Amino acid sequence: MLELAIKGSKKYYGWLAVVLGVIGAGFVTYLWQYFAGLGITGLSRDVSWGFYIAQLTFLVGVAAAAVMVVLPYYLHDYKAFGRITILAEFLAIPSVLMCLLFVLVDLGQPMRMLNVIFYPSPNSVLFWDMIVLNGYLLLNLLIGWNVLEAERQGIHYPNWVKPLIYISIPWAVSIHTVTAFLYAGLPGRGFWLTAIMAPRFLSSAFAAGPSLLILLCLLIRRISNFDPGREQIQSLAKIVTYAIILNVFFFLCEVFTVFYSQIPEHMDHFKYLFVGFNGHGALIPWMWTAMGLMLFAILMLVIPSVRRNEATLAIACIAIFIGTWIDKGLGLISAGFIPNPLHEVTEYIPTVPEIIITLGVYGIGALVLTLLYKMAISIKEDASA
Amino acid sequence: MPNKGQKLYDKDKVIAGLVIFVILATFPFWFNLGKAASAPELELTEKAKAAEKCVRDTQYMRDEHMQLLDEWRDTVVRDAKRIYVNERNVGYDMSLSNTCLDCHSNKAEFCDRCHDYTSVNPYCWDCHIDNPKEAK
Amino acid sequence: MMEKSRRRFLKIAGISALGLGAKPVLDVFASSEEDVVVEAPVQEGAPHVTETEAHHAATEPRIMRSPNAKVAPQWAMVIDTRKIQSHSDVEPMIEACHKIHNVPHMPDKKHEIKWIWETEFKHAFPNLASEYMAKRVEHLGLPVLCNHCENPPCVRVCPTKATFKNSQGIVMMDYHRCIGCRFCMAACPYGARSFNFFDPKPHIEEENKKFPTRMRGVVEKCNFCAERLAVGQKPACVEASNGIMAFGNLHDPNSEVREIIHSNYTIRRKQNLGTRPAVYYII
Repeated sequence: MLELAIKGSKKYYGWLAVVLGVIGAGFVTYLWQYFAGLGITGLSRDVSWGFYIAQLTFLVGVAAAAVMVVLPYYLHDYKAFGRITILAEFLAIPSVLMCLLFVLVDLGQPMRMLNVIFYPSPNSVLFWDMIVLNGYLLLNLLIGWNVLEAERQGIHYPNWVKPLIYISIPWAVSIHTVTAFLYAGLPGRGFWLTAIMAPRFLSSAFAAGPSLLILLCLLIRRISNFDPGREQIQSLAKIVTYAIILNVFFFLCEVFTVFYSQIPEHMDHFKYLFVGFNGHGALIPWMWTAMGLMLFAILMLVIPSVRRNEATLAIACIAIFIGTWIDKGLGLISAGFIPNPLHEVTEYIPTVPEIIITLGVYGIGALVLTLLYKMAISIKEDASA
Repeated sequence: MPNKGQKLYDKDKVIAGLVIFVILATFPFWFNLGKAASAPELELTEKAKAAEKCVRDTQYMRDEHMQLLDEWRDTVVRDAKRIYVNERNVGYDMSLSNTCLDCHSNKAEFCDRCHDYTSVNPYCWDCHIDNPKEAK
Repeated sequence: MMEKSRRRFLKIAGISALGLGAKPVLDVFASSEEDVVVEAPVQEGAPHVTETEAHHAATEPRIMRSPNAKVAPQWAMVIDTRKIQSHSDVEPMIEACHKIHNVPHMPDKKHEIKWIWETEFKHAFPNLASEYMAKRVEHLGLPVLCNHCENPPCVRVCPTKATFKNSQGIVMMDYHRCIGCRFCMAACPYGARSFNFFDPKPHIEEENKKFPTRMRGVVEKCNFCAERLAVGQKPACVEASNGIMAFGNLHDPNSEVREIIHSNYTIRRKQNLGTRPAVYYII
């Protein structure tokens, strides 16, 4: 099947060249970080996790697009989604791959990475995160590949794939839950110490992932002869609508608890993000933008005529994707460290090399996504032709 | 099922490819043929000569000093035990800097020569400062 | 791998001992620390290698603690802040610690590395600081360091057991094993941990050749002077504290620290988090 991924138009090769260029720049910058140390990032003693870990957190969510398509199709026998399950599964693969790469680029001693396996430590949530992320990657590879291969040959996929599909559904929930538990179980970090962290991760994931999938479906329709289908896109849009409303609702639940109780350890982080704390507030405009985008998207999506119009739907999806990215990929991680446990403020702004490395990882994700989608779409085009 | 009478397609290309592969894979062997460097001579410091006996016998140290050091570092850091008693019932402080390099203070002539020869690059000295005697 | 080679060593030791009959096995383990007269590597100077009156002509190599080592199931510290008058009372403790442990002075404050440092009450005890409080305490510089918690969150989260609680109750760092994920830094509620963002060596003013440095990419912190306790010395900061700090066995009701804790009202940092810090403060 792989040969389908390397046959394409000039435009296709041009796009691959651009992506490879970005990856190259990221790789070279990573070599610099590898030999010089993580000091070339904006991280500090006080804000010891930043952009990389935040991208991991966000992309775990994007991977969720898969389950929102797989679940209705296989558990509720919603036939329409059969047309796009492969797109959802193939979106999960690069997303999880990027998650793993972001952990890797964040390590101070990446050469010792395998110590996590040599000295397994079940009391560490990171140990479990490694298991669920790798497991989800493997599941989606096996399922996606075999189902697509079967479709190409016009046969039913092998029977052993079916149990894997069922396993992949709760497994998708586990990747968010375990990733949320990385933060939600730490005694000294009031911002993260909340039981609603995992539900918030799920809701923002089920909004961001399917939003991206809708955008990809619209793009595929434009640039290929395969139409993912109007009904499919509209069903995804409903999922996105519910999920983004839940996401904002969960956030407001958190805001109520934190501000009505008035406990400083929990409140100060929110203050830092939205109004500033002790004169510091680098993220204030970003956070209000995120909130604005999410509310704007809700307003658009709950109006049926706006949701049904694919042009306005696309705008809402872009708003949700950016909004949830700011919320998780920018605010959630660094604000947990500001103020620090001694109630001092060190701000965090990612540096240029840090951003280039991040883009490089996104480049690898884009490359893998392109190759996988190229294969899937070529087969779909053949099948419908 | 492989067919007995099956024809090998692109025979020329396949064979050319195999030849290139074999040449590349064996490159290090024939390239270095007859160029083997002789094993390095190690130098002992006066102090090491005077001590006569190392922690364990010479052959053991030559063969297994890395395992010994690995075990030492683990025991010191993780088990809070710092004395190694050898088969002669002699106790040593399990410390690379303070014990090993105290006698073998000539890292360049003692450690590096062999490590270079066998092209291993242990990172012990990234943290364990060599030759504590020289400073001060 | 390291663990394995150690285990293998013990296994081989055991098996070869078994080959000689049951008794030598007992001997290997019975040979208590007194059997071998080891002049422990105390204080300065070269390692001390001493031939002993061999009770056993030849034995399997074994590993033991120095007979002088100070041992306790949980070390603890009491800091009597009433004895602190000014910055110059705390400075020597920090100085002593950072010097012997090769703690670098990083030029950028963001990459700062510190094992023990001085901070105000409101930072050391953010949940206890009041708007109106004793004038003496308000701006007093208090020494803060790793609390060597009895229930440490940093140890709980480490994915490689690179940070762990040793048999002495010390929260140790195994710099050979740390992968630099910094989960422990997120978990520590006391900000006691530092990360080597760059190679620390160029920034060590005067190297102590007896103690290793660290490499870039690992997390480091106070080790309660495990290396000094092993040879019977008190932690460097305690020694330099001029009586401000006391150190001892928390589980021994007759120890110095327990006496002080019994006869004074002490507080610990963020007790409400259930970490059970082993550093007590008298305010």
